[in-house]
This record gives sequence, structure tokens and C-alpha cells, in this order.
Amino acid sequence: MKCEELLAMLNEYVDGTVDPAICQDFERHLAGCNPCQVVVDNIRHTITLYKDGQPYELPAEFRRRLHTTLRQRWLETHAS
Amino acid sequence: MVETDSDEIWVRQAKAGDLSAFEALVSRHEGRVYSLAQRMLRQEQDAEDVVQQTFLSALEHLAGFREESSFATWLARIATHAALKIIRRRQSRDATATVSLEQNTEPQPGYDTIPHPEYIADWRQSPHKLLEQKELRQTIEGALETLDEKHRLVFLLRDVEGLSVRDTAQTLGLSEANVKVRLLRARLQLREKLTTAFGDPARRLVGGHTHEAGAAAVS
Repeated sequence: MKCEELLAMLNEYVDGTVDPAICQDFERHLAGCNPCQVVVDNIRHTITLYKDGQPYELPAEFRRRLHTTLRQRWLETHAS
Repeated sequence: MVETDSDEIWVRQAKAGDLSAFEALVSRHEGRVYSLAQRMLRQEQDAEDVVQQTFLSALEHLAGFREESSFATWLARIATHAALKIIRRRQSRDATATVSLEQNTEPQPGYDTIPHPEYIADWRQSPHKLLEQKELRQTIEGALETLDEKHRLVFLLRDVEGLSVRDTAQTLGLSEANVKVRLLRARLQLREKLTTAFGDPARRLVGGHTHEAGAAAVS
């Protein structure tokens, strides 16, 4: 496997959905190719950075309005 | 996961008419939905509208939520549909935008023109250490903002919200092949920008490497 081939299958490898037979080739290449190892590792870090970060907080005033609106709607729709 | 477990309990209680369970669900998920909306739309007022529409819609359709996906995923899909409406309205208002999100596909969903990684280096710090530093937020969110909308939305749904390729395709009205290509481009572009910012220059490896020359350092 060449670096370019590895690059084309990067999604499947990172997501753990690569065909087991191809996965062996992939890992053999990785074991001997430090740049590819680092790229795979960088991509995993990149995903973690966005998945685990919750960068925006609701403005307090908006949050108060949101909860009031929802409570009113709830009472309207649940009035029997 | 504990959080998912109590989501399921709260969903059941809310379905049975318990307002406090519904409010607990809103409080738990509002920050995540707001972050998703901000990242999709990059505009505070529009993001607030999406959050409000999402939870109103969740309230209205809760009885129909079949719990085949997690509550968080269900909310992400509702929020995305609301955000797409805003994006389409923007596109139709913007005279320069001549293609819609769906039409704006890759010429061929092939992998032949994938950008090659240039800046290859281990990061100086772990992602969680980086997230602890508030002053880096602009760098991290700024990198995401530089992605084309079509790449950013796929990355957000697939990698951040954890939707499957099929669900991402369905939600955005794209083919699965197109989702995969866009996702790879998004991941590679973000990797490049973040590694340029957070990579350790002393451990930078040769870009455009071949297998043999791979391990040689630049300096």
C-alpha cells in the first residue's frame, strides 16, 4: 500500500469500518511510515477537539426567554 | 453511558407529561444544540432561532420520537433541518450564490484530487489540554469557519454529532458517496490548519513524503 492509497481510505480506517483484509495492509503500511501514523493521529485529535468542545454558551437572557416560551407552550399543549 | 441512560428516563417521563423532565432535557442539551447552530450558521440571532425552533419542535413531536436514535441525535437532526432552512434563505437572497447546497456537489465523488497533507507533526498538547485554554477557542473555531459550508455541515453532523454516514446523507439530502468525500476533505483541511497551529515544529516531518523518505525530519 502506498501513502496515497492509505489517504483514500483514511475515513474507513479512522471510523473502524475498513475491510479486515485491507486493514492488515493499512496497519502494515502504518507500522513502517511515521508520517502516515502522525496524520492518522492528527485526524483523531482533530475530531476529538470539536466533538468534546462545547464552545458556545447560551446568552443568559436568551436562555431565560427560551425556558419561559417552552414552559408556556408545554402548559398550552398539555392542558386537558 | 450514564447521560444517555438518564436521557431515556427523562424522555419517558416527559412523554408521560412531566414538565420538569422535559426541562431537564432542555437544560442538558441546549448548550450542545446552540454550539451546533452557531457552528453551522456563524450568526448569533440565527443560532438562537434554531435553538428555539428545535426545542419547540421537540416538545411538539416528543410523542412521535421512537427512540431509535439517541435524544441528542434526534435533536441534532431537528436543529440541522432548521439551520438548512436559514442557509437556503440566505442563498436565495444572495444573488452571487447560484448553486444550492445539494447542487454544490463535488464534480465526481472520487478521491483522486484529495489534498495531500503538508504540515505533518505531532501536536504539542493533547486535544483536552487545548480545550482547557479559552484563548485557543478562536483558533479552533476559526479553523472550522474557514471550511466551505458543504464540508463544514458534513463534518459537524458526522464527526461532532456522531450521525452515521447514511443519516448524514439523508439529513443533508446528499448521496452517501458525496458525504464520504466531503468528510475526508473536511477532516484533512481541519487537520492541516490545526496542525499548523498546534503541531510541534521541532518534530515536523517531511510533507509530500514517500514511504522511504517518510521518517526524515525537516530540521
